[in-house]
Amino acid sequence: MLHEGHDVSCLDEDPESHARLEVGLEKSWEDLGGQFTVGAGLETEALEAAGIERADVFIASTDGDNTNIIIAQIAQRRYEVPTVIARVLDPLRAEWYQRQGLNTVCPTRVAIDMLEDAVREAGGRGNGTPSGATEAA
Amino acid sequence: MYIIVVGAGKVGWNLARELLEKDHEVTLIEADRRRYLTVEQELEHNISYGDASELWVLERAGIQRADMVIAVTGDDEDNMLICQVAREKYLVAQIIARVNNPRNRQHFDLLGVKPSVSATDLILRLLEHEVPEYGLVHLLDLQEEQLEIIEMLLGKDSGVTGRRVGDLQMPDGSLLISVLRAGKGFVPSADTVLEEGDEILAVLDPGKEEDLKILFGPKSNGGTVAN
Repeated sequence: MLHEGHDVSCLDEDPESHARLEVGLEKSWEDLGGQFTVGAGLETEALEAAGIERADVFIASTDGDNTNIIIAQIAQRRYEVPTVIARVLDPLRAEWYQRQGLNTVCPTRVAIDMLEDAVREAGGRGNGTPSGATEAA
Repeated sequence: MYIIVVGAGKVGWNLARELLEKDHEVTLIEADRRRYLTVEQELEHNISYGDASELWVLERAGIQRADMVIAVTGDDEDNMLICQVAREKYLVAQIIARVNNPRNRQHFDLLGVKPSVSATDLILRLLEHEVPEYGLVHLLDLQEEQLEIIEMLLGKDSGVTGRRVGDLQMPDGSLLISVLRAGKGFVPSADTVLEEGDEILAVLDPGKEEDLKILFGPKSNGGTVAN
């Protein structure tokens, strides 16, 4: 997103995560216009230090589904960020919160769809999967 | 009542035990396998193994017919999510959530997860009662009604001792409702004369504490000059 010319601010509990941001970059994250804040996503001070009050988009993508769902709702309701997206691994939770008006992205769902496509594709070429066998018959 | 308790830590386990003794139907849900096995030895079929933030785990526990869901895990996000889902998806009539970090209470309120209970806050309130700072103790906050009830002990330097209640200029938005003297409480009249050692109870709009402290506090703080 930074390369596309957006202002990007990352908030992470682990100061070491900063190094990961710079992997493959020729300049430092800050020199490229990025911002990095150490803190927990549930702490309003940390969110505000990271600039949530002037954000156009907020993405909650920690490794915890519940944390993402809660923080995303805080961004939506308390800070009224226009676009909020939450990463939710569990398809059932992702689907229900999506219906409640929270924009969720479910990597599990995406992976299942891709795997199913891959199986169908392989099946279509008739190389030994059960569905391939049926189609060949 | 059918009650689902989430989290079989010390709080959840003891809570489930008490509720069972009161003849409620209880399912306790615990996500840690080892903890589940320990508690299962006592509670047997009243505990279920699984992550209660997964909807199918709640459904397996019969959340559709639950009258109450109590989330007391050690994780505030989990407690908020479980209670939110219980109320908004499964229309459970009554929810109670535990707040682990008091700073997260604002988030519980924001998401409409009420009532929430914070052990830290409760202990702080008790401490405040035991060691009153400035002599003013919060007895009750009626958040919805926007009122609070406070207690204050009149020290020997209080600016109001020896004065008639009718002569006090109580700040707007506050009312003296009772006086505790020598272990007995009574509703004061305009002619009641306040004494050293009296504990007064007052109901007030939030934010009026400072005005009351000035009125009832030591003379040096301006207690003699009401308003």
